[in-house]
Amino acid sequence: MSRLDGSFARIRAQGGPGLVTYVTAGDPDAATSVRILVAIARAGADVLEVGVPFSDPLADGPVIQRASERALASGMTLAGALDVVRAVRREVDTPIVLFTYANPVVRMDASVFARSARDAGVDGVLILDHPIEEAEPLRSLLVEAGVDPIFLVSPTTSDERIRRSAELGRGFLYVISRLGITGVSDQVASGAAGLVTRVRAGAAGLPIALGFGISRPEHVLEACATADAAVVGSALVSVIAAHGSAADVDARAAGFVRWLKGTA
Amino acid sequence: MEPSFGRRDPDARGYFGAYGGRFVPETLVAPVEALERAYRAARDEPAFRAALARLLRDFVGRATPLYEARRLSASLGGARIFLKREDLAHTGAHKINNALGQALLAQRMGKRRIVAETGAGQHGVATATACALLGLSCEIYMGAEDMERQSLNVFRMQLLGATVRRVDAGARTLKDAINEAMRDWVTNVVDTYYLLGSVLGPHPYPLMVREFQSVIGQEARAQCLDQVGRLPDAVVACIGGGSNAMGIFDAFLGDESVRLVGVEAGGHGIERGQHAARFAGGSAGVLQGTRSYVLQDEAGNIELTHSISAGLDYAAVGPEHAWLHETGRAEYTWVDDTAALQAFQRLAREEGILPALESSHAIAHACRLAPGLPPDGVLLVNLSGRGDKDVLSVQKVLDAVEERR
Repeated sequence: MSRLDGSFARIRAQGGPGLVTYVTAGDPDAATSVRILVAIARAGADVLEVGVPFSDPLADGPVIQRASERALASGMTLAGALDVVRAVRREVDTPIVLFTYANPVVRMDASVFARSARDAGVDGVLILDHPIEEAEPLRSLLVEAGVDPIFLVSPTTSDERIRRSAELGRGFLYVISRLGITGVSDQVASGAAGLVTRVRAGAAGLPIALGFGISRPEHVLEACATADAAVVGSALVSVIAAHGSAADVDARAAGFVRWLKGTA
Repeated sequence: MEPSFGRRDPDARGYFGAYGGRFVPETLVAPVEALERAYRAARDEPAFRAALARLLRDFVGRATPLYEARRLSASLGGARIFLKREDLAHTGAHKINNALGQALLAQRMGKRRIVAETGAGQHGVATATACALLGLSCEIYMGAEDMERQSLNVFRMQLLGATVRRVDAGARTLKDAINEAMRDWVTNVVDTYYLLGSVLGPHPYPLMVREFQSVIGQEARAQCLDQVGRLPDAVVACIGGGSNAMGIFDAFLGDESVRLVGVEAGGHGIERGQHAARFAGGSAGVLQGTRSYVLQDEAGNIELTHSISAGLDYAAVGPEHAWLHETGRAEYTWVDDTAALQAFQRLAREEGILPALESSHAIAHACRLAPGLPPDGVLLVNLSGRGDKDVLSVQKVLDAVEERR
């Protein structure tokens, strides 16, 4: 059983809510990212998403775009993000998902990347601009390396594609709650619960994490009424952006995670 | 002459050899598939093709002439240079061929709102024009840097009823405008059509844009046979994304005797961040929906680019060009800012034509090739756009050169 399988089994056994947290590696710098990730894991994040900064993040809203810019300015790369994962893995056993655009992986070479990801302690890989049609050969290389390839489904995804994404994917399915780019919202998208129900029907038991526009504890609870876990990205990145230079940014991020989990 | 439809498709996944494909966020997969279905249906439909052909003739003013540049040819010595006069198309560049085709398609798909990116502003103006003609709402994303150097085109778009949205991300040029247009599309995908301006992006855009632009080569090949009595020795075109080049190359791909030459922007020279010559300084990568040649660093981040011409100032090249480069069917070279500017001035003085700074790169390379060819040699250059939009920025550069003296 992979770390991701174990984590979702535990969430289900506890009756939720599961929390997946997104942080951009290298925002504001590599060492601080490691401290933040360790702190939010200890604060109760069930899955850590580690974002690889990219020069052209076309699926991201302004908050994560700015985080990418800060991280790139600090010198962060895909190889650097794997080093961040390695350092976090030494401290905590929480599953880690690498969240990236395709080009850094293409540049590194898919087979080198799959091995390096496994060696660093990455549990899953999610590539924003790699729909299932473009997933090979990376998907097979990851599976061989024991790393879970994770696919996204969205409101525009057909039932047939949901079924195929669940067949090809491991760990969990990432459900995009609404049309558009990443970013906070006042409320969970109105169609999200219906979408999760539709995805559940085709997911063949694969756990479901719901993301995009989830930023408050009540959103997490609402998301987890149907999904196994909620993904919080931009809201957490905003906390880091506001306190990035403060010595206690890791404690603040951890506090935010406890607030989201309802354990603050 | 009509565009050439359905004669040379990529494979089922949208690949030309190892290049192309569909590297888009999941939300855009279904819309892109729907677009491909709609496009294939439209191009097979006589009524759609007839409507487009009518607009190309009566609204754009096609066929554009093939014009022999006699004074330029004489002063260079060597081959006869013929210019395909896309600068005489309505709105002043080849971009209108594709903008009208896609706007008709959008209308057929029932989309009422068009978004597009623009670099030099020519695609933005063409899109705004097509939208005004067909009564569609139009928003154009443009980098802040490009808005400054192409301010006349910004005003033209506004006059045509379009909203121009300023993009301040990244280098504030074409690539950043495409990112922003794609973010808009993924958010408003239900009612919005993304009218991409070059042979870039996810399948079917590279195919569709090339086919809409193929009318250039269809005409030029027939005109050359008619006026000269034979095919040209070489066809020369500038390449940003590469739509004017694919448009004119397409008709000649089967003519093995015809050299196809793409001219990229050498900017200040082939050093990191100083140019946009993807085949000189780039490598295979994935950017904005397609796998092609990209200017990137060791970590796979996209590098900054520079060119005197906003329309060539872009880090990736159309995937079909990457394939033609790999197979060797087309050759690719570059021309720097200085040579492009000299060609701009030379064509103005010797032919009475102000070429776009983009097209000036093709002219500059033709000026290098012509003297090496015999007097009965024939060079066909795609004069993809007119230079009126560039007059202010050329003036700025020339004034700066004057001051340094």
